[in-house]
Amino acid sequence: MIWNKEAECMTAGEMEELQLKRLQEVVKRAYENVPYYRKAFDDAGVRPEDIETLQDIEKLPFTSKTDLRDAYPFGMFAVPDDDIVEIHTTSGTTGKPTVSGYTQNDIELWGEVVARALVMAGGDKKDKIQNCYGYGLFTGGMGVHYGGQKIGATVIPVSAGNTMRQIEIMQDFDSTILTCTPSYAMYLAEVLENQGVGHDKISLKAGVFGAEMWTEEMRAEIEKKLNIDALNIYGLTEIIGPGVAQECMVKDGLHIFDDHFYPEIIDTQTLKALPAGEKGELVLTTLTREGMPVIRFRTRDITALRYGQCECGRTHVKMDRITGRSDDMLKIRGVIVFPSQIERALLKIEGLEPQYQIIVSRPQQLDELEVQVEASPALFSDEVKYVEEVKKNIEQHIHNEIGIRVNVTLVEPQSLPRSEGKAVRIIDKRELSK
Amino acid sequence: MMKLKQTSVFLENRKGRLWKAISTLREADINIRALSIADTSEFGILRMIVPDPDKAKEVLEENTFVVKTNEVIGVEIPDQPGGLDGILEILTKADINVEYLYAFVEKKADQAIVVLRTEDIDAGIKALKEGGANLLSPEELYGL
Repeated sequence: MIWNKEAECMTAGEMEELQLKRLQEVVKRAYENVPYYRKAFDDAGVRPEDIETLQDIEKLPFTSKTDLRDAYPFGMFAVPDDDIVEIHTTSGTTGKPTVSGYTQNDIELWGEVVARALVMAGGDKKDKIQNCYGYGLFTGGMGVHYGGQKIGATVIPVSAGNTMRQIEIMQDFDSTILTCTPSYAMYLAEVLENQGVGHDKISLKAGVFGAEMWTEEMRAEIEKKLNIDALNIYGLTEIIGPGVAQECMVKDGLHIFDDHFYPEIIDTQTLKALPAGEKGELVLTTLTREGMPVIRFRTRDITALRYGQCECGRTHVKMDRITGRSDDMLKIRGVIVFPSQIERALLKIEGLEPQYQIIVSRPQQLDELEVQVEASPALFSDEVKYVEEVKKNIEQHIHNEIGIRVNVTLVEPQSLPRSEGKAVRIIDKRELSK
Repeated sequence: MMKLKQTSVFLENRKGRLWKAISTLREADINIRALSIADTSEFGILRMIVPDPDKAKEVLEENTFVVKTNEVIGVEIPDQPGGLDGILEILTKADINVEYLYAFVEKKADQAIVVLRTEDIDAGIKALKEGGANLLSPEELYGL
């Protein structure tokens, strides 16, 4: 099934024509209504009428996460506040959050793209969607909610957490589609197994999993344990939330809804566009957003684009599973963490050498973060309780900075790797970039 | 001056680290008079009495160990049942907390040596003296 055949299966020529028309409109709207873009375009010496072809998008300046954050809270909105009907934000762990404002049409658009995504995963009006993405400022819950209602399915807005209740609802309500992070799906599968809840007691047929990186190995495991099709969904709060791209049953890449979100891949060094098939950083432009149009947003996610018709019949361009980041951002249990935040916390502690190493692992299907720091005379004493206090104090400092609990391990001086250039600070044992 | 100097070394919970610390002392020809290890699930603390604490600290630090020198109390007790009991009784009655202690026996005497660390070293020494305990001076202990 295809939700919107006209949009999802148009020819390349039709798509490009539509994209150009929409690009010209959004650039004009951004220029005229958002002081930030007017200044940025003026500084780059480009005017809306300079966009004569799709290629001309390369004349426009990039927009970074920092640019959006600097406009906190509503500086990027392109419509009067009266026309905004909903607001979402990023988690804001790296400082002020990024705010996204939606007009009524934006909400309709969001429902439309998530509807396409859910239908791609085999959803229709007969389905019951157990939506375990968090409801609230986070986009996950509401995005799936709007899409699920659009296709006429029953949305169960159970939100995140409370695993026992999730399992009860899954059985009692006969949920057929599960939406959550892939690591939570793994966790649920494990708990189901431990509780002796077999495949015969649940009605799940598909899962739409996103908000973090995962691998083909994880897919295989989730599919086997839950007896479902596990599909990848992609999205960003800055662009709209979930529903920027979704995998179809072919399970070979995610279809970007490119009539609404225009993708480019750039070389992170030269910042020049890369040809189809080459790996680089994904850059997205919202073609139809009203509340907060975003021009050439640098997602920092690494992927490649593939054009052409898919076996499923759709012609939406496909992006590969995200394989990494062009910065050193980590996602730990869904929370964004930069090593620089941990460094900042460590620098506040007197007598601590700023030598550290971050080890991320997923021992029980949930991410764990270990920070190794080198012991120094200031941190050491003949008493065990003193050293343990020191360790707790460091853990508290890091917790205050990044918002999640970590385990600090003291190691001997000079034992952490040092290199001429950038030290190897992160060891990610989750193997998400395969 | 009845305070003894104890040398403490941070040990990461990793194979070969204790050996490395001990080898470092052997190479510097430092004899360990007494030793104990406090271990937790994540790290260990090696505590030692050596004749030349300054030299021990120097050579260990040269080998990138984290070292702390601090004061402890050395008490001589009879090497027989009740020996340690008498010392602890004195401290308990004086309301003094013992952080940790370790003991070893002398080779050619009927005495045992207890190295102990009280929360307040001076208060510990005072109480033990008043209780009639046989405190050891650094010279007496290092020379054993």
